[in-house]
Amino acid sequence: MSIGTSTQAAAPDAGKKSTGHLLKKIVDWFMEDDDLLPGETPESHATNVRTNRRGMAVLYRKELADHLCSRRFWALFALLMIVSVASLYGAIGSLRQTALAAQSQGQAVSEFQFLKLFTTAGGSIYSFQSFIGFLGPIFGIMLGFDAINNEQAQGTLNRLAAQPIYRDTIINAKFLAGATVVFLTVFSLGGVLSGLGLLLSGTKPVAEEWARLVIFLLLSGVYISVWLAISVLFSTLSRHAATSALSSIALWLFLTMFLSLVASGLANAMFVGTHASAQDVISAYRVQTGINRISPYYLFSEAASVLMNPNVRSLDIMSLVEYQNGALASYLSLGQSLLQIWPHLVAMIMEVVIGFALAYISFMRKEIRA
Amino acid sequence: MTELQNRTVGDPTDWRSERNEGLHEIIIRTNELVKQYGDVTAVDHLNLEIHKGEVFGLLGPNGAGKTTTTLMLLGLTDPTSGTAEINGLDCTRDALAVKKIVGYLPDNVGFYPDMSGRENLIFSGMMNGLTRKEAEERAVGLLERVGMTYAADRKTGTYSRGMRQRLGIADVLMKDPEIIIMDEPTLGIDPSGMRELTALIRELSVKDGRTILISSHELYQIQEISDRVGIFVKGRMIACGRIDELGQQLQNEGLYMVDFRAEKMEDDQHAAEHRTVVEPGTARGTMNASAETLASDHGTSTATIDELKSLVRGIEGVRLVGVKEDGTLHVESGRDIRAELFRKLTDSGYLLSELHERGGDLDEIYRKYFEKAGGDENYDNRTEHKSEKRSLREKLLRHSR
Repeated sequence: MSIGTSTQAAAPDAGKKSTGHLLKKIVDWFMEDDDLLPGETPESHATNVRTNRRGMAVLYRKELADHLCSRRFWALFALLMIVSVASLYGAIGSLRQTALAAQSQGQAVSEFQFLKLFTTAGGSIYSFQSFIGFLGPIFGIMLGFDAINNEQAQGTLNRLAAQPIYRDTIINAKFLAGATVVFLTVFSLGGVLSGLGLLLSGTKPVAEEWARLVIFLLLSGVYISVWLAISVLFSTLSRHAATSALSSIALWLFLTMFLSLVASGLANAMFVGTHASAQDVISAYRVQTGINRISPYYLFSEAASVLMNPNVRSLDIMSLVEYQNGALASYLSLGQSLLQIWPHLVAMIMEVVIGFALAYISFMRKEIRA
Repeated sequence: MTELQNRTVGDPTDWRSERNEGLHEIIIRTNELVKQYGDVTAVDHLNLEIHKGEVFGLLGPNGAGKTTTTLMLLGLTDPTSGTAEINGLDCTRDALAVKKIVGYLPDNVGFYPDMSGRENLIFSGMMNGLTRKEAEERAVGLLERVGMTYAADRKTGTYSRGMRQRLGIADVLMKDPEIIIMDEPTLGIDPSGMRELTALIRELSVKDGRTILISSHELYQIQEISDRVGIFVKGRMIACGRIDELGQQLQNEGLYMVDFRAEKMEDDQHAAEHRTVVEPGTARGTMNASAETLASDHGTSTATIDELKSLVRGIEGVRLVGVKEDGTLHVESGRDIRAELFRKLTDSGYLLSELHERGGDLDEIYRKYFEKAGGDENYDNRTEHKSEKRSLREKLLRHSR
């Protein structure tokens, strides 16, 4: 017994150490640049990197504390929490009705009930997944829209830039702190909801459901980070926080609401005339989804639906044809679902990277003076 | 123009040989530094040398390129061409190492409004590699030093401009820098706050031995605290040196300015006593001092002033005679007229109660150099306005004393 406990105690310790080591390696890779800047010797480079890293850590902690102490953050966090819990109640209500209906007809309830807690819309309320799709961007924009221009307005940017750090450290730390808050929020929402879901519905999640849920939450984090990056970009471009907030929201509205109209209009104009063949219709559909997939909202919705509904087998129009031709209704394995959404995930990460890269370039070229 | 520039470039060496002090090594040096924004040249081939431990005043009107210069020294803006060095480190390439030893107080310095003054200082200290405990300790000392302890735990959003500026000095000192660069540190501060701040800045140099580069258009303040000044117009430094040297240069070019005040003598005995005090030809410093001690409230009647004016106009070489509000006469001439003026006054039965040589006044130097550099036409109006404001300020100061 004593041996057992000691090994148990030692194991997590060792695990922690190795993950710590791994983390440090990742951070080193991220922070360290072995190329010497012009004018640096290897020794001065080493001290500069050390000073810079320290400044980065201090700035990151300060930004994180700023976010977590701000009223703005707590207001939106509370909003998200309330609508999420409400959506859970809605989902439980409609799931109960379906279950009762199924029972009365002597049918079995389908699998993956636990995931349905997150994707089923109640009678008068959206599902958690749709709420993330709608409110997530607002949350991301809220975290980033005044990242740089507010510093400039306060007159703190030139003071900050005069500290011994490289200039990009400022925007890196701000973005990382914002992303940290995004993931913290998403995972705490997910944690609270699954806990409540367990208690209230009594459905017991299997391992695959846990895995799908965690991947879904990661996906949501990336999705919100896209909007964080975009709003940070606008905060470097425009002088006033209000301008950057409005520009971000305008872009969000366009991509979420109007891009689908543009896409269908364009696709119809290109392919569907008076004598549209079946081939034309299929081409039109593919062009339309192709354009729609520029929008992070569309990407997120598609990816989330595949991930959270294992019976969605494909996102292509051909899957409909397969259904009609009598494919067996069965669930996709987790690996196969991931294969379906892999391009979506990559595209979203690309959008984060592009948004942040533009913000980075624009910040590095910016005049620091007030 | 070339003549002017030559002198500017040649100056620091002259200065050094004159002082003949080996410990004054050069700590800030710019070499043909140029910064262009589109068509506008903000800084034009600047050659600047600042010695360790001195207070250097960068003087010029708004938009002369002072802020751009300070930003290039910190590596916050890249020069179009030329180089800047601080302590042997290239300011553009090795900006991080430079920023470790240089403290920067921007004009209109800002703080995070939701943090208290103390927290802002601690944050700065930690950015510069102090642990939280060290930063806290240093913050306590510095808050005391700048007289901000009473407001240390208030949010900086509630601070007045003067408080922010004082906290700014504490913030710069959190880094314990060798060199401090200040951009318009007293802009928009009331007279008593300005006096405190000036004393504080002077103390940083005298007591701590830090090198200070201070950019300003407040002539009076620069004059009070700077060892040397550089006059900046349209991106070029048109003159550089100690203030009395600059005055000397003007004199060498044939411009002498004297302010004096005289009264009708009533008692010969008195006059004899006073004559020894206001001996012409004494060093400038003593003359200023005696002028101050002799400053009296005696009003001078207009009749006397007219008589005095015609008297002075009779002296050879006098170009301009003017009367100031307080009854002092201002004389500009092409040669040193002090001896003759004194003799003439005594002969006509006047007692010279105040004689002030104006060549050493930065206001005059500034104006004259600016005129020579062909600064914009509006400038004269502005100086007048400024000197009005200045005299008002001096009156206020005298009052508060």
